[in-house]
This record gives sequence, structure tokens and C-alpha cells, in this order.
Amino acid sequence: MTDKFKSNHRKQKSWIPSVLIFVAIAYLALVQYLPALNVVIQAFSKGVTPFFANLVQPEFLHAVWLTLILALITVPINTVFGLCAAWAITRHKIPGRAIVLSIIDLPFSISPVVAGLMIVLLYGRQGWFGPWLQDHNIQIVFALPGMVLATAFVSMPFVVREVIPVLEEFGQEQDEAAKTLGANDWQIFWRVTLPSIRWGLLYGVVLTNARAMGEFGAVSVVSGNISNTTQSLPLFVEEAYKQYQTESAFSAAVLLGLLAVVTLVLKEILARKTDTKEAGRH
Amino acid sequence: MSSTEQKERQLPWGKVFLQNIIQLPWTWRITLIYLSFMLFLPLAAMLLKASTEPPSEFWKIATSPLALATYNVTFITSLLAALLNGLFGTLIAWVLVRYDFPLKRVIDALVDLPFALPTSVAGLTLATVYSDRGWIGSLLAPLGIKVSFTRLGVAVAMIFISLPFVVRTVQPVLQEMEQEIEEAAWSLGASEWQTFWKVILPPLFPTILTGVALGFSRAVGEYGSTVIISSNTPFQDLIAPVLIFQRLEEYDYSGATVIGVVLLIISLVLLLAINFLQAWSRRYDR
Repeated sequence: MTDKFKSNHRKQKSWIPSVLIFVAIAYLALVQYLPALNVVIQAFSKGVTPFFANLVQPEFLHAVWLTLILALITVPINTVFGLCAAWAITRHKIPGRAIVLSIIDLPFSISPVVAGLMIVLLYGRQGWFGPWLQDHNIQIVFALPGMVLATAFVSMPFVVREVIPVLEEFGQEQDEAAKTLGANDWQIFWRVTLPSIRWGLLYGVVLTNARAMGEFGAVSVVSGNISNTTQSLPLFVEEAYKQYQTESAFSAAVLLGLLAVVTLVLKEILARKTDTKEAGRH
Repeated sequence: MSSTEQKERQLPWGKVFLQNIIQLPWTWRITLIYLSFMLFLPLAAMLLKASTEPPSEFWKIATSPLALATYNVTFITSLLAALLNGLFGTLIAWVLVRYDFPLKRVIDALVDLPFALPTSVAGLTLATVYSDRGWIGSLLAPLGIKVSFTRLGVAVAMIFISLPFVVRTVQPVLQEMEQEIEEAAWSLGASEWQTFWKVILPPLFPTILTGVALGFSRAVGEYGSTVIISSNTPFQDLIAPVLIFQRLEEYDYSGATVIGVVLLIISLVLLLAINFLQAWSRRYDR
């Protein structure tokens, strides 16, 4: 087929692409862009000064602090777990690994509220470990440990999911070459494997972090949402909105929106890094 | 050597299993321990709590009129939202793969916004934009359409949250599709509509369904954005996850557990369906 024929064919109906592009963008605008823009406009609707005044409220600062703590605890844990699981699944193939793979994905299918409920049923006052925990004066539900558990639960699968494909593509040959040259397992991991999977790993870490900082449902169930104590930033947004402190809610929302933008930008950069690497290899 | 082998053979099954676990590489051991602690233990706690309910009581709670109404709102609304996204998500994927236009890369990257934006922020801003004083809601209010704090609002939140699932599922498959086949269809005299309906859509259909199922599954479990945009009125726009939350707040652990188990079972069925759909959409791959 000649290009001339093709372009003629397309020219006859050249209005179709424009209409389709318009409809697609209009839909995205109604569902995503206008709501996203609204966050910024509402937050600054009374100017910059009230916005910053909202940002120094003690409840707000505590919520930011708590959100950072949650991410600082859960992201490393899930990263180490993710690396271990991805390594085990790709390098030590045991029977039943396909099942383990789908089980790791379960937290994505389970409603966050159900996730929170499970933690309450396990560690809550009436839960399995409830009496023991009470005897030892350990509080998990309605306290930080419960929020950590809930956050770790919902953000568990990201690193595994992103690292498995890069590990699989990277292959075992280089590991084995390093081994024959006398490197031990740690040296192989730090000097050979990690450098070649770093972008995929980082991609997973970025997604884990976004979910950890933004999780609402599961954390909401286990936290009790006590202002200044167990109120993370996403919970603060809801609470402020419910108390008709809309501006304060939107000020916090801007911060979380910023997190989303940073996440999307990093995602884009990292996706391109892994893509060019793939392109270079083939 | 042979004597130890024989000893192993005589060991009961349980001990052999245990020994196999101990002999696993440490990466597997950490993986399984973490999964047991984080996933199996909580799952077991919930299922055992549910099993302490007599079956008749379980059934009574699971099918109480209020519970049935929340299933109705949750599942029908999620399904409609996912189906609408099946249509528009496929369109967006098509436009992003096939056409060039300004800001395409930004629009492509922004499709993932609902993955990155915390759900409470999504709920907050959707509730404002679609309220009768908001940008879009104020245009709909004169027509008598109320969005925020109604079931329609719940649908809007579900549409927001499930859109990227369809786009991101369809997009790579569309990218891989060979345009030569379409060109062959054109050169044989098929119109653009015929090409779309008879050449492009049939192989793409299982993929679209997979995306719709993924989006549906996400919408069913969604809590953050829906609880904010909904008025949470029983029998109107109260969804199942919110009912679980309310039951927990009332310290009604049995009520929360039963509905939680119902939701869990449905999520697992959906997961199986999605796996099946994915296998179906890959049936022509080598």
C-alpha cells in the first residue's frame, strides 16, 4: 500500500480524530482536570496569607508529622519485603510460586475498610491478641502501631510488582558471572543486581510512598481519628471538611496534591529510564 | 546418605512439610513470614470471627434490608461507573495511542492522577466541584440534577477512581496491535466504522473487559472519596464499606465482620474473574 493511498483515506475523514480527541479531553476535564484545578483555586481563594495561616495550625503540623512517620516506617519495610519476595519468586523457583504471586496482590483487591477491620479484629480490645496486649499495656488499634500495620498492608504489593519484571529481564547470567569471579551473595546483590534493577525498584518505592502517605480508608478504621494524636494528613482533610473548615481542608489538600504531582513526575522520569534501558538492550 | 533419605520418608507428612519450609532459601522464609503476619493472620482473624456466628445469624445479618440496600448501591453504581469508563477509557487510550496533539505527554501522564492523589482529596474536591454551588454542579442544578451527596455523586467518585484502570489496561494492547491489519481492511474497501467494529474491536474486547473488571473491583472497595461525596443516607447512597465503618463505630463487631466477609468474598471472585479475563485476552499470544 502506498502512503498516498493511506493519506487520502485519512484525509476524507479528517474530522474524526479531532472529534475523538475533543471528547476524550472533555471527559478527562470533567472527571479529573476541573476537580484537580479546584483544589488549588479553593485553597488560595482568600489569598496566600490565610493559606499559610492554615499551614501552621498545630493540628495540621501534627498531621503532616504523623504522615511522614507512617511513610518513614512503612516504605522501608515494604521495600525490603518487596525485594525479598521478588528475589525469591524470580530466583528460587519453588512449586506454588504463582499462587504466592497472586496472594501478594491481594491487598489491592481487598477494600481498605476490610483491611482495617481485619486489623481491629486481630489487635483490637475484643480481638485475638486484645487481652494479651491489654495485660502488657500495649495499644495497637487507635494508636500509631495500628496505623503502621494498616498502611503497610495496603501498600504491600507495589515494590514486588515493579521489581519482578526487571529482575526477570535482567536475568541470572550476570549474578552467576559475579559468583564465579568469587563475589559473595551480598556483594552480588549490592554491586551487580541492585544497580541494574534500581530504576524499577525506585518506581515501586515511589508508588509505595504515594499510597502510604495518601491512604485513607484502612488508616481511618484503625486510627480512631483523634486530632493531634492519630490524625494523618488525609484524615485531617476529611475531618476539616466535616467541621466546615473548608479552607483548612483545601490547604491540606494542596499539600497532598503536591505529593501526587511529584509522584506523577517521578513516575514519568523513572518509566522513561526503564524504557530506554530496555530499548538499549534489545 | 541413603539411611537419612529413608528416615525422611518415614517422617509424617507434616514434619516433611515443616522441614521443607526450614530448608527454603531465607528470601522465601522472610516473604512467607511477612505474608503470614501481615496477610494470613488478619484474614484468619476475620474468617474465624465470622465463623463464630451461627450460619442462620450470619445469613440474617448479610441479607438484612439495610445490607442488601448497600450492596445494591455499591455494586450497581460501581458497575455503571466501570462500564462508562469502559467506553471513555477505551476512547482515551485510542486517542493517546493513535493521534498526535499538543500536550499529549502531559495528558498521558495525568491519566494516573487518581492513583497518585489521596482519595480523601479526591472526595473533597469532587464534592465541591459537583455541589450545587460548584463549577459543574451549579450548571446541573438548574436542570434539577443534584450530584454531590446523592448516589450520582458516589458514581462520580467511582468514575474518577476507576478510569485509569481501563486506560492503562487497554493502552499497551492497542500499542501492540498491528496497524497493517487495519490497513489491509481499508485497502479491501472496508469503511472506517467497519474496520473498527470488525477488525479492531473483537480482539480488543477481552482487554476492555479486563480493564472494566479491574475498575469495578476498585470502585466496589473504594471508601475515601465515596464517603466524602455521599450523604451516607441508608437506602439511598450508603455504600457497603461505609456500613462496615459505621458498624465498627457502634462496636457491632459481628455486623462489621459479616459484611466485611461478604465484600471479601466478592473481591476474591472478582480477582478470579479478572485472572480468567486476562488469560482470555492473551489467548492468541505465544
